[in-house]
Amino acid sequence: MKSRREFLKEAATGVVLLGSSAAADRLTLAGVLKDHAAVGKSKVVIARDASLHGAGTQPDEQHVLNLLDEAMSAYTGREKPMEAWKSVIPKNILAGGVIGLKVNGLGGRGISTHAALTMAVAERLQQAGVHAGNIVVWDRNERDLAACGMAISTDPSRVRCYGNDAGGFDDEPVSWGTANIRLAKILTRECAMVINLPILKDHEAAGITFSMKNMYGVVDKPFTLHANHCNPGVADLNCVPAVRGKVSFTIGDAISSVYDGGPGFHPERLWYPNALVVGEDRVALDYTAWQMIEQKRAEVGMPTLEEAGRAPKYIATAADSAHQLGTCDPNRIKLVEV
Amino acid sequence: MKTFGPGRWKEAVVAVAIAATIANTGCKKKDVDPFPVSGAVAGWEKTGDTRVFAAKDLWQYIDGGADQYLQAGVVSTGTSDYKYQGELEAVVDVYTMGNAAGARKILDSGQTNDAQKVQVGDAGIAYEQSVTFRKGPYLVRIVAYDATPGAQQALIALAHGVEAKL
Repeated sequence: MKSRREFLKEAATGVVLLGSSAAADRLTLAGVLKDHAAVGKSKVVIARDASLHGAGTQPDEQHVLNLLDEAMSAYTGREKPMEAWKSVIPKNILAGGVIGLKVNGLGGRGISTHAALTMAVAERLQQAGVHAGNIVVWDRNERDLAACGMAISTDPSRVRCYGNDAGGFDDEPVSWGTANIRLAKILTRECAMVINLPILKDHEAAGITFSMKNMYGVVDKPFTLHANHCNPGVADLNCVPAVRGKVSFTIGDAISSVYDGGPGFHPERLWYPNALVVGEDRVALDYTAWQMIEQKRAEVGMPTLEEAGRAPKYIATAADSAHQLGTCDPNRIKLVEV
Repeated sequence: MKTFGPGRWKEAVVAVAIAATIANTGCKKKDVDPFPVSGAVAGWEKTGDTRVFAAKDLWQYIDGGADQYLQAGVVSTGTSDYKYQGELEAVVDVYTMGNAAGARKILDSGQTNDAQKVQVGDAGIAYEQSVTFRKGPYLVRIVAYDATPGAQQALIALAHGVEAKL
């Protein structure tokens, strides 16, 4: 079995992980297409652009759009952006379903899902045929959305944007394992599908926060899921049917990140991976995100999260036989770096 | 004649909220509004209302980051946005802990070996874009959103402004 250290090392050199027989496969479209049929592999794409930020602190919008296209092409094997998007959005939803874009602004303006990414996704969705008013950008509240650079809008002719503070929560709680929460109505009543747009961060309680942890923003009392380093809280919450069923695709924001001190903004621990992390397997995505954080911590001489006493054990829990949300076995993750 | 305008009312409400929170927890601390008004510190403008979170509601502000403060005995937290010379944006967080040991615990746990010690309060550290200090039971964290020349000195000046009100 491939060790986590080997996974990191190979990821850093851009090798496609296909086991020993194909370990030297380079990242070509043909290689991606060939591997797409690999049985039992969860594909995760990391797309990077070192020039994403240009001279400023905010990423260049056109560069972000280009990087999104590149990531979607690598993930789907389709070179044209519209074909790529149409391959991940079911036809019935393209035709009239509401798509939620769940961002994350909890860390404040310095470490929240970038507006450039959110708007790039919204733009491509519209070009793929989704009506602007059928796109809802959402998070916990207006303040979190403002931190993401998004303004509140309920105009049905435009991309809408509002928080759970306006949308409210279901009256009846739902339960799965330790999770006994009320879900946001935006998730349960509005959205046919959710594209998850988390931001990569270290997390004081959970270890890291990325794909699965971002779902804490769709419940009324996330603090009830924080015990024991959010384990099994994160996994249990993601097993709630509406979360498991509707949140089907993740475009993770690793444009900037904090490798320690999260989930809040700690500029002294800020770094710029200049990357998007894309996939459908939320467990594989979080495993990959964890390795990215560990790699950065190793670079700056910090202890591993395990050594710091807060390894994100919820990731393995999410992959166990009780949850079956995905895989965290590096041998079953096909990591593609472009 | 001076009037007690909307801005004053907000400040009064915040002060009462902080006092009420502390009173409810049985702490004997002086009632303070630690947030300097616009112009009190040269170049700094207070750009947002002060928001106050009782310990039980701290998750609404920092969610998973709240645990370390709760474990250190936080009583309440106030936060407000500021802007320096119309450009550099920053946020000031004032954590009122149950005692000085709680504030010390948070400050010590957040230090890295590249932190620069600064003379603010009982002890303080600074980085290029942030200043954190403690004074008695108070733990203050000031963070700028951008790295600009002179940002650290501006943050330290604001830190002194907060310190003077504690």
